[in-house]
Amino acid sequence: MSPDPGLREVPFRGGGFAPGNRRIAAPLTFAALVLLWWVATARGWVSPLALPRPGEVASALADMVASGEIWRHLAASVRRLVVGWAIGASLGVAVGFAIGLSTLARSTALPLVSALFPIPKIALLPLFIVWFGIGEASKYATIAFGVFSPMAIAAFGGVDGVERSLIRMAQSFGVPNRDIVRKIVLPGAMPALLSGVRISASIGIILLTAAEMIGAEHGIGALVLSAGNLMQTDRLIAGVLILAGLGLIVAFLIGVAERRLLGWR
Amino acid sequence: MELIAEKVRQTYGSLDVLDDVDLVIGSGEIVAVLGPSGCGKSTLLRLLGGLERPTSGRVLLSGAAPAGSLNPLTYVFQDFALVPWRSVAENVALPLEHLAMTAAERAARVADALARVDLVDFGGTYPKQLSGGMKQRTAIARALVVEPAIFLMDEPLSALDAQTRDLLMDDLKRLWTETRFAAVYVTHNVAEAVQLGHRIVVLSRRPGRIRDVVAIDLPLAERHEGHPDLVAASRRIWASIRDEAAIAERELIDVA
Ligand SMILES: Nc1ncnc2c1ncn2[C@@H]1O[C@H](COP(=O)(O)OP(=O)(O)O)[C@@H](O)[C@H]1O
Ligand SMILES: [Mg+2]
Repeated sequence: MSPDPGLREVPFRGGGFAPGNRRIAAPLTFAALVLLWWVATARGWVSPLALPRPGEVASALADMVASGEIWRHLAASVRRLVVGWAIGASLGVAVGFAIGLSTLARSTALPLVSALFPIPKIALLPLFIVWFGIGEASKYATIAFGVFSPMAIAAFGGVDGVERSLIRMAQSFGVPNRDIVRKIVLPGAMPALLSGVRISASIGIILLTAAEMIGAEHGIGALVLSAGNLMQTDRLIAGVLILAGLGLIVAFLIGVAERRLLGWR
Repeated sequence: MELIAEKVRQTYGSLDVLDDVDLVIGSGEIVAVLGPSGCGKSTLLRLLGGLERPTSGRVLLSGAAPAGSLNPLTYVFQDFALVPWRSVAENVALPLEHLAMTAAERAARVADALARVDLVDFGGTYPKQLSGGMKQRTAIARALVVEPAIFLMDEPLSALDAQTRDLLMDDLKRLWTETRFAAVYVTHNVAEAVQLGHRIVVLSRRPGRIRDVVAIDLPLAERHEGHPDLVAASRRIWASIRDEAAIAERELIDVA
């Protein structure tokens, strides 16, 4: 037998798995990255041809702001993103709800959505250009198509996850089906819908950039591509930073929506 | 209004759940349905309230619903079934929202229902902030608000701790004394059944069949623990449960 180890505290084993949020951590992380970037370029660890200095990127950005060029690109990109995303997301949610609520839709549309999901949507841009022309419509279509599948799957999963006991309860009070969808299914599916928005918005930004690189005069994607062609790495990095900023703004807006819509959780 | 089950049988695939259940719930009568877990009590209740159709047999209503009853057959669920994104008052208002009435009338009805379960000060509270007993009182208010003729209660106290259970039992007795609703009160607890049931229907194990019906004439208000009538009824119920267990054991031995 081992010797009696005497009086001691029970070891604590309960920590972790409950990540909180430190507000200053995110800006600090970005600041640290910029500092690393600055040191690496200033010390010559990285060739200036490969990566411009933070100061050069900042002044490229400032030039674009001063000349107003940046707003032209941003306006074009944001409009494409908003329109394309809105079309794709509303169709996706409608189809996802149909799959979640009706046997017919589940047996017909679900395999279709599953088949569409893995298609790289940018591969369809040439086809959309044939159909809709080189203008805005083909870009809207590409983004919408890319947003559609993840939103449909998120909506379907959300509807499927709504507690059946709540639907039963509403039925037992004679609540009409339309009201059950609006008051029970939709809010119940909201957490899944919002996480679908998170994913599909990022997919939208990726497709937006790709589509703008293939054929656009304005837009952040076009800016990045032309800067690359001219070896203007400062403008190129500035464009990439704008895209990252776009992603951050979208994430922030979704966070606000989550706090407002999911406060009951 | 009377609710009648006629030779109700229910099967799910090859699983026989209910077998030939005949039952009449008279107006103003509380029928406690007592049986072990899994014997088909919840299934019976779903059939009685029209949430499911029986495999065979019929569920019938006779007589008109009392005037003013907005949802004659109304459930109270074991897991409360409160909508988590609605406050207490909004949960209670839910069954009224699709009915034609003015906002003022709706608010008045909700306030009245909340007062009857003593939750007036909690109208704005969300379910996750409530204790189990308050959740079930909210669900009871939501049932009261539509003025049911017949309550269908599925183990409404089973998810609660013992003290809360006693308090809510007193609430239920008081509410019945006030409005004399009819009810099917499903439970697996003999003490609850004899506290509240005018008749107690004892179901067998699955497939659920009616093994015994015990009537208790003692008024609800006089049903205190240890009252001789209740003790006698409990004895009889326990005896039929034991018979049932003995039969089940013999069946096992026969199989072996
Ligand atoms: N919709 C269903 N489909 C298949 N089996 C079911 C269904 N509902 C209930 N059952 C089965 O019927 C039996 C009785 O269930 P239930 O009525 O919930 O019992 P109780 O409420 O008495 O505990 C259980 O074995 C359960 O698994
Ligand atoms: Mg049950």
